[in-house]
Amino acid sequence: MTNISMTVNGKTVSGEVEGRTLLVDFLRNDLRLTGTHVGCDTSQCGACTVHVDGVAVKSCTMLAAEADGADVATIEGQAGADGSLNTIQAAFQEHHGLQCGFCTPGMVMAAADLLKNNPKPTEAEIRHHLEGNICRCTGYHNIVKSIMAASGQDVSQLAAE
Amino acid sequence: MPKDSGIGASSKRREDVRFLTGTGQYTDDINIHGQTYVYFLRSDVAHGKINNIDTSAAAAMPGVVRIFTGADFEGIGSIPCGWQVTDRHGEPMQEPAHPVLAQGKVRHVGDPIAAVVAESLEQARDAAEAIDLDIEELPAVVDMKAALSDGATKVHDDLSSNLCYDWGFVEENKGAVDEAIKNAAHVTTLELVNNRLVANPMEPRVAVGDYNRANDESTLFTTSQNPHVIRLLMGAFVLGIPEHKLRVVAPDVGGGFGTKIFHYAEEAFCTFAARQINRPVKWTASRSEAFMSDAHGRDHVTKIELALDADNNFTAVRTETYANMGAYLSTFAPSVPTWLHGTLMAGNYKTPLIYVNVKAVFTNTVPVDAYRGAGRPEATYQLERVIDKAARELGVDPIALRRQNFITEFPYATPVAVEYDTGNYPATMDKLEEIADLSGFDARRKASEAKGKLRGLGVNCYIEACGIAPSNLVGQLGARAGLYDAATVRVNATGTISVMVGAHSHGQGHETAFPQVVAEMLGIDENMIDIVHGDSSKIPFGMGTYGSRSIAVCGSAMVRATEKIINKAKKIASHLLEASEADIELKDGQFSVAGTDKSVAWGDVTLAAYVPHNYPLEDIEPGLEETAFYDPSNFTYPSGAYACEVEVDPETGKVTIERFAAADDFGNVINPMIVTGQVHGGIGQGIGQALLENCAYDENGQLLSASYMDYAMPRASDVPFYTVDHSCQTPCTHNPLGVKGCGEAGAIGSPPSVVNAVVDALQSGGHNVTHIDMPVSPSRVWAAMNNA
Ligand code: FES
Ligand code: FES
Repeated sequence: MTNISMTVNGKTVSGEVEGRTLLVDFLRNDLRLTGTHVGCDTSQCGACTVHVDGVAVKSCTMLAAEADGADVATIEGQAGADGSLNTIQAAFQEHHGLQCGFCTPGMVMAAADLLKNNPKPTEAEIRHHLEGNICRCTGYHNIVKSIMAASGQDVSQLAAE
Repeated sequence: MPKDSGIGASSKRREDVRFLTGTGQYTDDINIHGQTYVYFLRSDVAHGKINNIDTSAAAAMPGVVRIFTGADFEGIGSIPCGWQVTDRHGEPMQEPAHPVLAQGKVRHVGDPIAAVVAESLEQARDAAEAIDLDIEELPAVVDMKAALSDGATKVHDDLSSNLCYDWGFVEENKGAVDEAIKNAAHVTTLELVNNRLVANPMEPRVAVGDYNRANDESTLFTTSQNPHVIRLLMGAFVLGIPEHKLRVVAPDVGGGFGTKIFHYAEEAFCTFAARQINRPVKWTASRSEAFMSDAHGRDHVTKIELALDADNNFTAVRTETYANMGAYLSTFAPSVPTWLHGTLMAGNYKTPLIYVNVKAVFTNTVPVDAYRGAGRPEATYQLERVIDKAARELGVDPIALRRQNFITEFPYATPVAVEYDTGNYPATMDKLEEIADLSGFDARRKASEAKGKLRGLGVNCYIEACGIAPSNLVGQLGARAGLYDAATVRVNATGTISVMVGAHSHGQGHETAFPQVVAEMLGIDENMIDIVHGDSSKIPFGMGTYGSRSIAVCGSAMVRATEKIINKAKKIASHLLEASEADIELKDGQFSVAGTDKSVAWGDVTLAAYVPHNYPLEDIEPGLEETAFYDPSNFTYPSGAYACEVEVDPETGKVTIERFAAADDFGNVINPMIVTGQVHGGIGQGIGQALLENCAYDENGQLLSASYMDYAMPRASDVPFYTVDHSCQTPCTHNPLGVKGCGEAGAIGSPPSVVNAVVDALQSGGHNVTHIDMPVSPSRVWAAMNNA
């Protein structure tokens, strides 16, 4: 067992973990931050995407001990202190970019990563960026649309409603 | 003007806020004080005899609480099947036992053999590795036709063969169909495979069993589309726990698509084990475990023949299908290739004579059951593919051939036992031609050809039977349950409302759409109404969410309960207004006396119901709460027309979906935004089936596609933006909302148009290819091009 500490959503947290404990398990089981999900065991689905030191990371591919001292951001820290949705979250609600919600935290975190580096991505760039995030519900249409809208692009021509 | 609230408004989803902020509560997010973790030791052979299981070393490992094997389940019920099919000769299907943990034999890779319950998941997994297992591997049957051959290894020794049933429908028509095919001017024949799929909701299955010894009550938290059905099946048939001592909760569920309808062994195990050890027991499937334990979908091998007269009118359809059941009968498995498939073989067409034969086969594979569409995609695919092939053989336009044979008068009784109440197939086809810009196709093909690509257009229609279903009818067909649904409308003193519904929402947006209906009926704000679902202790009853039935069946129950509320509220209002009940009108949340300016508000009436100081106590009870059960009188019949345009790279065989358009008729629509999203999702899955997904076994029954490394899930870059329209609306005639259901349409309607488009592209390049089986992968396309 090792002692680790890190900043999660701006708060310092610490815990004792086994060497084999994954970051996602530390977040879910020790910190009870259950918004980060586990959808696979081969690092393919992206449901577990968080930011570590500002970079999107699949938290099922990283050991908790490797995140010792890091600055971690999860879905729970994305809304404002008053609960107001951030731009990406609001766009997902506005454009129906989620159904069952299971892939959604990973999608939001992946989208934030994309928009940070590419503030006005094309449709193709968005689809390419989401290569590691699987959604089974939406057929991706409204996810791509939400991300385009969050980046300030006009999506009114992309199907009604 | 689009409405901004009530029926027809694209209200934004209220459930989104919790899902977008990480505050949803999925089953794996539930942790109960003192809980233990179970790890299942599963078979790694497809077929084997268990000679010995030695758990002694494992039991001594750190943290192990208890290890269970099949022996612990002697005298415990078998996982039941909810539908009994009667075969061509009037005999019931063969129905094997399905133990919670394997008894003596394992029958598919993933069959659970032992369960280790420990203080942590890691300890349970470590101990499972220490179980000493002596299994004698037996030959496995994987191929369905081989499984039916003489002398084939039997999956179940106590059954006479691997044939579950040999079903003929409509058996009395067989002779006439054979005759019509013999005498036809033209017969088109097609042999095809409807590929085996894994539903893959992104949330893997989870079960948490809890037991309270003080009151002898069991609770199961589970990833289910229908908690009451699980309570019924598990309580009554497996564990013998009466309903009032068994609570089943399905909290937020991360997608279902059919595979979370069924009652699974792991649910029964966690509930049983929690009672045995008197501690909570939690199981969370890994994705690999999901691949080998979630019921799979499709897996039909079919030969279809379409007979036409000299004027190209369809005169008969004859099909022969082999349907894989897997190793055991999952909850609804027998109904999928029969009543959910054979009854749809008329499609949108007035073919007078139809005969469907289905042989359901046991194999050493994971059980197969309903997956989004369930039987209807299989029916649609074969019919719409054979029509396309016929059009090519006859040199006629495939759209014109369809139009010529459309059913145009309703109600229409098909030769396969169902009666379509409404529809307008020419209208959806007209709409499709418009939104898909079919007149611009030739120019787009030229542009593709200029880039060295082949371009193809594929079109198809579909019909489905949703809103399952009239209980008396499905009872005759072999269902072992009723298929009504229920809702309780509880009006509080301040006028706010909780609606307890039997349907479960796991992506469909019921928490938003259902209040729109009640708000419309009462003329009050949607936000005064909340939906409660997913907990058998809070909801009167419910048969759950599948078969696109939620709004058509449960929504109708909610309407009936709301009507009762309105009737009672009008009585209270008439008392308060000192007017005759017949003169009371409800509009915009105000009860008024017709022809006067006298009125009382909704809130005054609801308050009077709970503070009945001035109240007709001699006539009516205080309070305002009503329940209704609704049993539909028929299925609903959504329909539509879909178009797909593909580009094929002749160098590599790679297919790209360039355009996809869907024109659907769902009858009335409650929330157009949500309906559009449902169609998008269905199309995504349909494209997945057509281009990418395939659940593969080798000849020894090893599952080759057991992770996302080998099972190709559609990704964002595999699909285009879709053009979706549901403005053609012929309301259902027999439910109060005139709704038909939209959840499965996209998955049913899309695979044939994709494959039709690929064939069209190849033909345009001079390749005489008439069919390619799904998934239409680059290697299959390349092989087809280079052999033809
Ligand atoms: S859970 Fe991390 S990628 Fe799937
Ligand atoms: S919303 Fe369900 S998996 Fe994406």
